[in-house]
Parts: sequence; structure tokens; C-alpha cells
Amino acid sequence: MVLASPIQRAITEPPIVRRLLIGLTLLFLTLFLFLPLAVVFYEALRKGLGVYFAAIVDPDALAAIRLTLLCTVIAVPLNLVFGIAAAWAIAKFEFHGKSVLITLIDLPFAVSPIIAGLIYVLLFGAQGWLGPWLAAHDIKIIFAVPGIVLATVFVTFPFIARELIPLMQEQGIEEEEAALVLGASGWQTFWRITLPNIKWGLLYGVILCTARAMGEFGAVSVVSGHIRGATNTLPLQVEILYNEYQFAAAFAVASLLTLLALVILAVKTLIEWQARQTRRAALAVRGETE
Amino acid sequence: MQFRLKQRSVLPGFNLALGYTLLYMGLIVLIPLSAAFIKTADLTWTEFWTVVTTPRVLASYRLTFGASLLAALINASAGLVIAWVLVRYSFPGKRLVDAMVDLPFALPTAVAGIALTALYAGNGWIGGVLALIGIKVAFTPLGVVVALVFISLPFVIRTVQPVLEDLEAEVEEAAACLGATRWQTFRWIIFPAVRPALLTGFTLAFARCIGEYGSVIFIAGNLPMVSEITPLLIVTKLEQYDYRGATAIAVVMLVISFLLLLLINLLQWWSQRRHAT
Repeated sequence: MVLASPIQRAITEPPIVRRLLIGLTLLFLTLFLFLPLAVVFYEALRKGLGVYFAAIVDPDALAAIRLTLLCTVIAVPLNLVFGIAAAWAIAKFEFHGKSVLITLIDLPFAVSPIIAGLIYVLLFGAQGWLGPWLAAHDIKIIFAVPGIVLATVFVTFPFIARELIPLMQEQGIEEEEAALVLGASGWQTFWRITLPNIKWGLLYGVILCTARAMGEFGAVSVVSGHIRGATNTLPLQVEILYNEYQFAAAFAVASLLTLLALVILAVKTLIEWQARQTRRAALAVRGETE
Repeated sequence: MQFRLKQRSVLPGFNLALGYTLLYMGLIVLIPLSAAFIKTADLTWTEFWTVVTTPRVLASYRLTFGASLLAALINASAGLVIAWVLVRYSFPGKRLVDAMVDLPFALPTAVAGIALTALYAGNGWIGGVLALIGIKVAFTPLGVVVALVFISLPFVIRTVQPVLEDLEAEVEEAAACLGATRWQTFRWIIFPAVRPALLTGFTLAFARCIGEYGSVIFIAGNLPMVSEITPLLIVTKLEQYDYRGATAIAVVMLVISFLLLLLINLLQWWSQRRHAT
């Protein structure tokens, strides 16, 4: 970077300081970010491709993949509908207790995943409130798939709502009002006006929600019971293999989750870029600059 | 009627949207969470106090809060530098680095746990080097700090970054014109502007750290009194069917988490007010 004027020089740092700070940044991120990422693939492939693929096509691993996908496919749409409903009420209307509601939506972020699992055990476990009734009707929630789904829904609860609320608050209600005044029905207004306006934020929230749903460990581990081939999600499969000293297999399964994380980061970056473009285009139409 | 729940609006769907929000939140979050508090009411106050203050539990609080505080402090200082570098400087691969900062949010904690253990164990890439100078990281309390630094890494960066981007260059130019050194400008102009965001990021990181489980249990070694975190102690009690003990400790953690959540909200309100004026 060549600096032209003295004023530009006055509002930046000497080159040596700049290089030092960039160096520190890269060193810190290498130690805590890039090396952990690299080590996953190194350990996964250390015993060769044969061991790698054997670990992935293992029936227990495949069952874990299926269960992880099932939980995600249930949890994300549930929280999507909730997120839209909550954001519609909070962003489009003024009412008492709104800030309390927003704080309550954030609650699952503040709760340890272990406690998230524990509370469902207290409700549905053998010793729990509904335990005897569930046992009498032969319904299993804890140490079974429904418990895992519930725990996943709890820990991913705020993601989509949190993305949508500030976005919809910023967009205001003029466009919806105009549509309604021109004779559109409530649903038409939602599908044609609101949804196109929030699509990037919505997608962003869905991506974050999916990442967490697939990767959740603590809450799921409390309610799962670790039954191989039945109540093991992918992260739990990683733990079991690791604790059995099958390191290469554990890292092979972990590498799947890592690839997924990388895909999610790529999509997220793309969405952010896309949203910025849309925003810039909108500002250009109004003749403003960012 | 003088008091109205909501202001008049032409937009439809308020009752449906709010009703569904409250119902879903009640079923998924509020009723299950209240179960923890109601379960604790089985214990008398003395019993509760005895359970949550045994030496092993106290040692786990010390480790959990101490390591979380240290990790959040490390991330507050490193995060400020990283956010600064990402906003102000250009270097090859910057966009990639910027995108990768969010990795700890996307990577499952169990994967982070085994990766960090492999890296920082005595025979690992970094652990091997540190072993030469006599530092043990994995299976010690230091390992807990390393795991917590990893999982809370993005918070400070992502809260400080937008504030730095919004800072007007004119203010810094004015400071320079009036004879301030670069350090003075940073100390008296830039730092006060990012301080609320820095505090928010620090508190978010700290709150995330105290509840963390997945990444820590692999690297910590989990020795009672030495490297056993509070969430692990809850799991241990649960596995021994000590539901009361597990719930009592969980309630202590929940109360602390709620207080932190309140603090985060206050901080955000404070920074918004500063921003507005």
C-alpha cells in the first residue's frame, strides 16, 4: 500500500506496526483456527483412504448420518415457522412487553447445552414428571429419537428469529401497508412483499440453524443414551469412536462434519455478499450511497 | 379502554403470530426450563446449599469461571487486534481469513475438541513443541482455556468489526490535524467508540464459555478437583441418577447465565444509546 498524502499517513500506522499486527493476527488464527482444521484431515487420512472410507460406510456411521439428517429436517422447519411468526409480531407491531419477549427468545443461547438436555430428562425421563404416564403408554422420549429432536430444537431455537427480527425492524411496514391499501390480502402481502424482502436474512438464519442442528453435542448426548445404530448422531459417533481409541475412524467421521462446516461457511459468505449487493442496488435506486 | 396491549395497525396477523410465538416458546423453552427450578424446590435451602458448595463442586466453579474469564480476556485483546487488521489493512488472503473467523460457530464442538486435543497433546504438532519447554496443555486446566478460546473466538471480532467499519475517518483526521499522535488518537478517539462493542463481545464470549461442554471434555482430562468443569459434573451426577444434585448445580449455572444475559442486554442498550447521541 503506497500512501499519498500526509493526512492519509496521519490516520494509519507506521508500516512496521501494520506488519506486526497482521503477523500477530495470522499467528493467533493459525494456532487456534487453521491448524485445528488441518489436523482433522491429517488424522483422518493418516491410516490411508481404505480406513477412511471404511469408517464412513460403517453401518453405525450411516445410521448416525441418517439420524442427524432427520433431526435437522425436523428442527429447522419448526424453528423457521417460529422465527417468521416471532419476527412478524415483534418487527411489525408495537406492543407492551416486546423487549422482554426478545430477551426470552435469546434464552436458549444463554443456557448450557448440558442443561438443555437435563431439563428434558426432568420432564420426560423415567424419574421425570411425565415419566410414569409415558411408560404406561409405552412412549419413549428420553434415550430415543424424540428426545434428541427436542434437544436439537431447543438449542437451535433462537437462530432464525434473531436474524429476522432486526432485519424486519429495519425494513419497517410501509411496503406492507401500501400492498394492503391497494387491496392485497394478508397472505398475499406476506408472500409477495415481506418474504422477498427478507429472503437473504431468512436463508442466513436457516444456514446457521442447520449448522448447529447437525453439530449439537452436549444437549443431545444427555438425552441420547448412546445406543449404537439407534440414538447416535454424527457428533456422538465421533465421541464413541474416539473413546474407543479408533482415532482414524473418529477423525474420518469428524472430517465429514468439518466439510459440512466449510460448506456452510462458504454459503454464508456468499449470502452476505449477495445481501450487500442487493442493499447497494437498493440504495443506488434511491440515489444514496453507503 | 386506556391501556391497550398493542398500538393500532392496518397489518393483519398480530394475534396469530404472537399467539403462536408464545405457545411454541412456552412448550419448547419456558415450561422445560421451569422444570429445573421446580425440581430444585424438592430440596430444602440447607440441602441445596450443601449440594452446590461441596469442595468438588466449588473446584469446578473455580475452573469453569476462571478458564472462561481467561479465555474471554484473551479473545477480547486478540479479537480487537484481529478486527482492526481485518477492517483497516489489506493483505493477501484477507477475505478467506475473514470468512474463516466464523469456523468455531460452524464446526461441531466435539470435532473441535478432538482436533485441539490431537494438536495440543504431548505428541501433537503444537503440544510437541510446547513439551520441549516443559509446558503441558492437553489434559490440564490450560487445555480447558485453549478449547474455550477456540469456541468463543468469533464473538469479539464480530461485535467490534462493524463498529470499526462505521467509524468516520474525519474524526481521526481532525485528531491528527490537532496534533494527536496515532496512539493518542487510538486511546482517546477510537477505543472509546469500540468499548461498548468490545464489552458486549467479551460478555457474549464469557457466557458461551461457562456453558461449554463438547470441546472441553476431550482436552481437559476431567480429573475431579483439577480439570473437571461444572457442566461435566452435572452429566456425572445425572449418570449416577443423582437428579437432585444435577438439577441443583444446573440451577446455580442457570441463574448466573440469566444474569449474564441481562448484562448483555443492558450493554447493548447502552451502546445503542451512545450510538444514537
